[in-house]
Amino acid sequence: MSGLWLAIVFWIAAWGANVWIARRARGRLAGLVPPVLFGLAVLVLWEGAVRAFAVPEVILPAPSVVVAAIGANLGTLWGDFVQTIVKGAFSGYAMGCGAALVVAVLVDRSPVLTRGLLPVGNFVAALPIVGVAPIMVTWFGFGWQSKAAVVFAMVFFPVLVNAVAGLTAADRMHRDLMRTYAAGYWTTLFKLRLPSAMPFIFNGLKIATTLAVIGAIVAEFFGSPTRGMGFRISTAVGSLALPMVWAQIFVAALAGTLFYGFVAMIERRVTFWHPSQRVRG
Amino acid sequence: MKGKTIPVLVVLGIILVIWYLCTVWMNAAWVYDQAGREGRTVGFGEIVQATMALERPMLPAPHQVAAALWDGIAGQAVTSKRSLVYHGWVTMEATLAGFALGIVLGVSLAVGIVYFRVMEATVMPWAVISQTIPIVALAPMIVVLSNTLSLGEALGVENRLVSKTIISAYLSFFPVLVGMVKGLRSPDAMQVDQLATWNASGWQSFKYLRLPSSMPYFFASLKVAIAAALVGAIVGELPTGAVEGLGARMLVASQFGQPLLMWASLFAAALVAGMLILGVGAIQRAADRAMGVRP
Repeated sequence: MSGLWLAIVFWIAAWGANVWIARRARGRLAGLVPPVLFGLAVLVLWEGAVRAFAVPEVILPAPSVVVAAIGANLGTLWGDFVQTIVKGAFSGYAMGCGAALVVAVLVDRSPVLTRGLLPVGNFVAALPIVGVAPIMVTWFGFGWQSKAAVVFAMVFFPVLVNAVAGLTAADRMHRDLMRTYAAGYWTTLFKLRLPSAMPFIFNGLKIATTLAVIGAIVAEFFGSPTRGMGFRISTAVGSLALPMVWAQIFVAALAGTLFYGFVAMIERRVTFWHPSQRVRG
Repeated sequence: MKGKTIPVLVVLGIILVIWYLCTVWMNAAWVYDQAGREGRTVGFGEIVQATMALERPMLPAPHQVAAALWDGIAGQAVTSKRSLVYHGWVTMEATLAGFALGIVLGVSLAVGIVYFRVMEATVMPWAVISQTIPIVALAPMIVVLSNTLSLGEALGVENRLVSKTIISAYLSFFPVLVGMVKGLRSPDAMQVDQLATWNASGWQSFKYLRLPSSMPYFFASLKVAIAAALVGAIVGELPTGAVEGLGARMLVASQFGQPLLMWASLFAAALVAGMLILGVGAIQRAADRAMGVRP
């Protein structure tokens, strides 16, 4: 029981520290320390509770057991990561976002299509597209290609809708200015309209990162070669190897967060001029 | 809204035409194959006809899907295991339960974040990170957990419903949280000061100022949340051993090679999504009227 009490004491201490930081401190460190402390406190409490109540491993493994499982299975985890995230999610993401941007520029030339596409696209973006996973597996087989296809279908509409909306965002005044410069369609597109669409496009791209990881993993539930994160999770759950499942979840969470963070970082570089990127002083 | 009907129809028409072209293109190989085996040669007209009426097509034609969907909805008794209405209801039940749980969780976290600085500093970053974690990775495990712990029996419902509800709630709480934080902070300083000069208590300024002004944000986020909850319910059905619900129907259809059923289930899920979004819209209009919003 003493482990649990120690964990609770740690929790209260961390909470107190966070309250103090939230009141006093300013700047970069103040934004970083509280969430890290909070995460640590959750882990400590989890570990303490699992030990104190002797929770069986098939229900909830302690964080230390999960870390050990990660350490022992690095090779497997890396292989699954490459299969699912690099081959499945990244390739589908790149193709889906690329196609959506091209279609958006094409559609943008016709006002009728633009007006019609927004409601339709918004509706499709709200649909449970993961459902196409079994269809894609029958079309493209068990390999990474079917996963990339599912990811493609999932990211296409959110990016398309955002890009089409973004292309209409350029100011009337700015467009007129481009006209007075005698700029042609392509010049206006590249110098004015695409840049001013970037905040919208990146909004879509950021939503799509999460969807891509989800799509690649779900598609593996419908059939996959004998590697991949979705495959490993479903087989490990079947054999009640819960530490392995949590190890995969950790990798998935890390991959999802880094992927999102990476796109958000590019966004900060590209749309540095946008009000939402201003640093609060 | 008025100027949109024709453009929307144009876009839907284009999608339909592309779909029919793909049907011919994707199924033609099979038709050629079949004809080659029988030693026949087929003309273009025959191919087009044959590709539209295959029993197990690579890509069924839209009218085939519509027929299968109609058969699944209207052709069966509602209580039948073959009825898409039955499976749709199973999925919708889990969606609504998860949605309700997600709203409660999202709103209470949002209130905490708006009123306590320390919660904003600690909880908000993790709420953002929680959404980059692919929940589907957790789905099989939540299913196993709620089965071994028999959470459902303790609550008097099926175990399967519990796991689906948890997954739906996880996916739907975040839009509500973000929307409500924005909404509860939307009154400007002048309005907050005004209430202070009237000596309003914290509860009063919450009830008369912050809550009403958060409503537009709340309903906008509900539309996103309900769609996310439906995705959660469908994903939650996949690893449960495929018993009932639209997700289970898709899995069964894919394993037994019944593309028409698969497509019909997919479109049934789309119909459910449409109904849920319209439902949220109707509730929003009713709430607006009740709270005296003038357009």
